[in-house]
Amino acid sequence: MHKLKTFCVALALFASMGIACAQEGGYPEANANIADRASLQRGARLFFNYCVGCHSLEYLRYSRIAEDLGLSEQQVMDNLDFTGAKFGDPVISSMPAADAEKWFGKAPPDLSLEVRAKGADWVSAYLHSFYLDPARPVGWNNTVFPNASMPFPLWELQGVQTAVMAPARPGEEAAVEKLEIKQPGSMDPQQYDQAVRDLTSFLEYASEPAALKRTSMGAWVLIYLALFTFAAFLLKKEYWKDVH
Amino acid sequence: MSEQVTIRPRNRLLAWIEERLPILSFTASHTTGYYAPKNFNVMYYFGSLALLVLVNQIVTGIFLTMNYNPSAAGAFASVEYIMRDVEWGWLIRYMHEVGASMFFIVVYLHMFRGLMYGSYKKPRELVWLLGMLIFLVLMAEAFMGYVLPWGNMSFWGAKVIISLFSAVPVIGNDLVTWIMGDFFPADATLNRFFALHVVALPLVLLLLVVLHLAALHEVGSNNPDGVEIKQKKGPDGHPLDGIPFHPYYTVKDLFGVGIFLLLCAFIIFFEPTVGGWFLEHDNYIPANNLVTPTEIKPVWYFTPFYAILRVIPSKGFGVLALLASIVALFLVPWLDRGKVKSIRYRGTGYKVALTIFAIVFVLLGSIGAGKTTEWIPEIFGPNADLTFIENTFGRILTILYFGFFLFLWAYTYFGWEKTKPVPDRVTVAEH
Repeated sequence: MHKLKTFCVALALFASMGIACAQEGGYPEANANIADRASLQRGARLFFNYCVGCHSLEYLRYSRIAEDLGLSEQQVMDNLDFTGAKFGDPVISSMPAADAEKWFGKAPPDLSLEVRAKGADWVSAYLHSFYLDPARPVGWNNTVFPNASMPFPLWELQGVQTAVMAPARPGEEAAVEKLEIKQPGSMDPQQYDQAVRDLTSFLEYASEPAALKRTSMGAWVLIYLALFTFAAFLLKKEYWKDVH
Repeated sequence: MSEQVTIRPRNRLLAWIEERLPILSFTASHTTGYYAPKNFNVMYYFGSLALLVLVNQIVTGIFLTMNYNPSAAGAFASVEYIMRDVEWGWLIRYMHEVGASMFFIVVYLHMFRGLMYGSYKKPRELVWLLGMLIFLVLMAEAFMGYVLPWGNMSFWGAKVIISLFSAVPVIGNDLVTWIMGDFFPADATLNRFFALHVVALPLVLLLLVVLHLAALHEVGSNNPDGVEIKQKKGPDGHPLDGIPFHPYYTVKDLFGVGIFLLLCAFIIFFEPTVGGWFLEHDNYIPANNLVTPTEIKPVWYFTPFYAILRVIPSKGFGVLALLASIVALFLVPWLDRGKVKSIRYRGTGYKVALTIFAIVFVLLGSIGAGKTTEWIPEIFGPNADLTFIENTFGRILTILYFGFFLFLWAYTYFGWEKTKPVPDRVTVAEH
């Protein structure tokens, strides 16, 4: 009984540690779900329509996307591969890095591991937080990542946001209080939330394709180990009967 | 305290071998011939679990080296190659990564068990010293392994930790360059760390583990009552309170292994980064000597020692205190003059001191991990002087950490400890 208690406490500690960590950053939850294959497929379409022009996924192959997202080679090559890459090639943007650096001041980062580095909640919040800012070279700014050098390609979906500034306190620069949609896009806010969720899910998948296999296998491994542990427990009890 | 068992196999081939190399007798002497106290409690699982994790690290490590590329240009990509293109590579890497953290969890609990039940006391001082050497080598091993993925935290962690050697008088800066083989962590650093991580240190670690076990089997295991079972032997010459390690503790440890693997599997399959504690977010950004992570901090298992370093204002004294915090643990068998081993029969002062020591260790860890940086504004308001509060808190904890060792010496040296009578025989809880 005593042992059981100790292990329960240990497990509870681990669980609470996980929960405590999951909430860090303070961004609204992305609610991305890599187990939702339709969402991943929609997210892939968004990525290849809006993002791949500048951003690569250098650690992810087209063939892997087909395999994991349940798409045929034909579907992937016709709908996602716009660069003429081979089926087994990784997703490399066709924009030359040197030009990109000249145009934007900084080459667009590879997004293969973006969700692992920044978290899904950050990515989702970032994609919600672009606003018009004439002071910036590309005309856009972002409240999650101030002075990001990225123009906002999803504006035609979300619409154009502008910043409502809070009155500046003496000695400080005015801060953004909230963002307002000034010119509606082709999606209403609910539809856009779903689109960002899809795109975030796809990027989360891209950052760890093994996660699909990992989570589906995990339960079976735990069941096997539970049976093993139970057998070991019975064995121990049997042997220890004669120890007094 | 293993007893010599002689095996004479009937099989002629085995007999032929046994006469020349008594491997069966040796194995039997250290399993069925090794009498362990029958009253081990849950704290006694962690030694065998540490051995299990060591084997896991070696086996998974071998498979990782088959696909890992130890160069500054290729290391990061090769880790992603393992995670994505190598068959089961993700599982092997997660087993290795989770194994590293579990190693420290198990070893810390194993060491704490030693402090609880006085397992470092005569005649087990060498068992403790060899164990401490294992801990020291393990820290070097873990640090170098952490550098290998060549993420941004690997790079900056390596830079910060290696720079500590600049605190050495006169030759400090040259020493840092010599260790790195360059003026900042680079290809040369990665190559030598790889060599040390996969060949040199594992060999030392294995040797020390063999010596640790050999010393243990010479003097015999301690137990939660701190009673020497050797002193009460039955007519058959075996200790009355001892039972053969095999089969009794092999089957018991097998159960422990089951529970432990359940926990490990849960982490590996469902939360392999443990929210950034086992694998840090910043390490998914490739090493970049131009971009410093917002906060450079070591993995959780180094954070208590890192906190001691950080809260001391002078670099030289910080490094000295860091060293002293580990050296103090080596000295415990000689600082503690008390004759009573187990916390069950020791004075209240020791119980309180050990509890405080454990809490202090965890709190120091929270400072080293940057947790207090988040908590202080929540507790004291956003305008609080973060650095001042954190440093004050950290310095009090550092004093308490060293205070434990000082107290342990004074408490036992001046005879202030009021112990309870130790029973003649081990006590066993009612089943």
